Amino acid sequence: MTGSGWKEIGLAAGLVILAAFVPLVTDGYWLSIAVTAMMYIALATAWTLFSGPTHYISLATGAFFGIGGYLVATGMSDYDISFWVMAAVAPFVAVVLAAIVGAATLRLSGIYFVIFTLGLAEMIRGLVSWVQNNFLGSRGLYVLTDFTEAHIYWMLLIIAAVVYLIGWLIERSRLGFAMKIIGNDEGVAKHLGINTAAAKVALFMITGYFTALVGVVIAPRYSYIEPNLVFSPELSFLVVIMALLGGTQRLWGPIVGVIPFTLIWETISVSFPNATTFYLGLSFLLIVYFIPNGFVGLVEKLARRRQG
Amino acid sequence: MDILVSGLLLGGTYALVAMGLNLQYGVARIMNLASGEMLVLGALAAFWLFTTAQLSPVLTMIMVAPLAFIGNWLIYQLLLRPLVKRAKNQGQLEVDSILATFGMSFALVGIMVAIHGEYFTYSYLANPFEILGTTVALNRFVAFVVALIIGVTLVLWLNFTRPGTAVRAVSVNTEAAKLVGINVPRISALSFALGGAVTAAGGTLISTFITLDASVGVIFTMKALIIVIMGGVGDMRGSIIAALLLGLVETAVATLIDPGLTLVSAYLIFLGILLFRPQGLFGKRAT
Repeated sequence: MTGSGWKEIGLAAGLVILAAFVPLVTDGYWLSIAVTAMMYIALATAWTLFSGPTHYISLATGAFFGIGGYLVATGMSDYDISFWVMAAVAPFVAVVLAAIVGAATLRLSGIYFVIFTLGLAEMIRGLVSWVQNNFLGSRGLYVLTDFTEAHIYWMLLIIAAVVYLIGWLIERSRLGFAMKIIGNDEGVAKHLGINTAAAKVALFMITGYFTALVGVVIAPRYSYIEPNLVFSPELSFLVVIMALLGGTQRLWGPIVGVIPFTLIWETISVSFPNATTFYLGLSFLLIVYFIPNGFVGLVEKLARRRQG
Repeated sequence: MDILVSGLLLGGTYALVAMGLNLQYGVARIMNLASGEMLVLGALAAFWLFTTAQLSPVLTMIMVAPLAFIGNWLIYQLLLRPLVKRAKNQGQLEVDSILATFGMSFALVGIMVAIHGEYFTYSYLANPFEILGTTVALNRFVAFVVALIIGVTLVLWLNFTRPGTAVRAVSVNTEAAKLVGINVPRISALSFALGGAVTAAGGTLISTFITLDASVGVIFTMKALIIVIMGGVGDMRGSIIAALLLGLVETAVATLIDPGLTLVSAYLIFLGILLFRPQGLFGKRAT
């Protein structure tokens, strides 16, 4: 274990403790922004866990998130199961989905994976609506809990911290080492005897688990859930943008991207509610053409220039 | 029989859209995720000219195609060429082009919502028409025939002319095409532009019998991608057969089970292809 690794985790722990105080010093509008930001931090870090080392752009966030939120709502509304039981069960459904998607696409080139995840949330939404309309009857579901915004915030913070810790541990494990080789050159990785498909699928399942867990935790915030709300394709794209804006080469990159983007996005959604799609497109183009390696890339370039 | 006829008619127009995407991905090597928006743009033009000037969508198509050709050529030269130059390898180019075309796709949706935020509803040739003992709407049949004409012309052009052969050569092997003196950047730009023109033409045709709106493009991108992969990347005949197949399956699912499940059925086909024939229905297994 290198000294810089411990320094990184120490810094992260300090930030988590600092972040835990946010609900104590603020409430109302800024707390709700903080909850949104914390949700995106957890989602974007979970996204980077898989997409950072593999360079595969996953658009499955909306599907996993939706599964989490929707299952909690179904369990609580239709079957009177407690929130905590559903929170324990629902993410594993997402893990199964991740395993299926991964097994089908990750043996092949990355492009099939992107295409498959592109319509995934939309497809599952269609399937769920169909089942609901034809067999279950009810359309809206309620998630009624005693949680306040602050509770949701703390739960999201714990998830984000755990995802970060797992990412930190993976980077230092055999799996992480394998992923580094796969990311650099998949051919070399295969020749070294690494089961590249299995490694990628395993990582994708971890991402799926935590993404669904975020969906579970955020569900009480909406209190009224319907498929069109939780299976949102836009969410998948927002997470990709935030992660790329921060930079995906480092695990802490997405966090740097989420905070400014959440604030900008909040402003745009309030000022130009009808033009959000256009600005979403513009952000993608700006990132690809002007900051291809994100803030992390910019910072490291500056640091190198100072040294050299 | 109803399903067979309607399915084939629908598949015919899908084929056109998929051929457009196949030219862009199979030859220019650009995974264009804004393809569906190009289609919707064609549909918007047809809707707009029909409601304001009563112009027939077929005439609109003849105007839209050259405009889309120029537009896509500019997109390739100004936005995508820098990415091709910047990319160190095919993987890098794929990631960059996916992200850039996502950006274009959302920007285009935003612009189209601003122009017309509601459904593109208009009625053109919505008369019953008898074919093979089945009654279908005349507009579906006309769209199919026009799509067929464009598709056959395209296949003939690719197979029997010099530029068409150059396009196929680049599709098979970019490096080797350079060695035999083909100007690869020029052919790539040409294919990308041509693909966009074909897609937009397909959009004007589809709008005569399916009511579209500004944000529906991604569904068509998805379907076109599934068709291209099913038929084999770079393989035009494969695209046509795969498109007809998808048209049939979707129509069958929509009539027999539920119209809301067409995307689910497309996904099931996709899953099957990925699991059993990832090289496409007619592709050879990579060695």
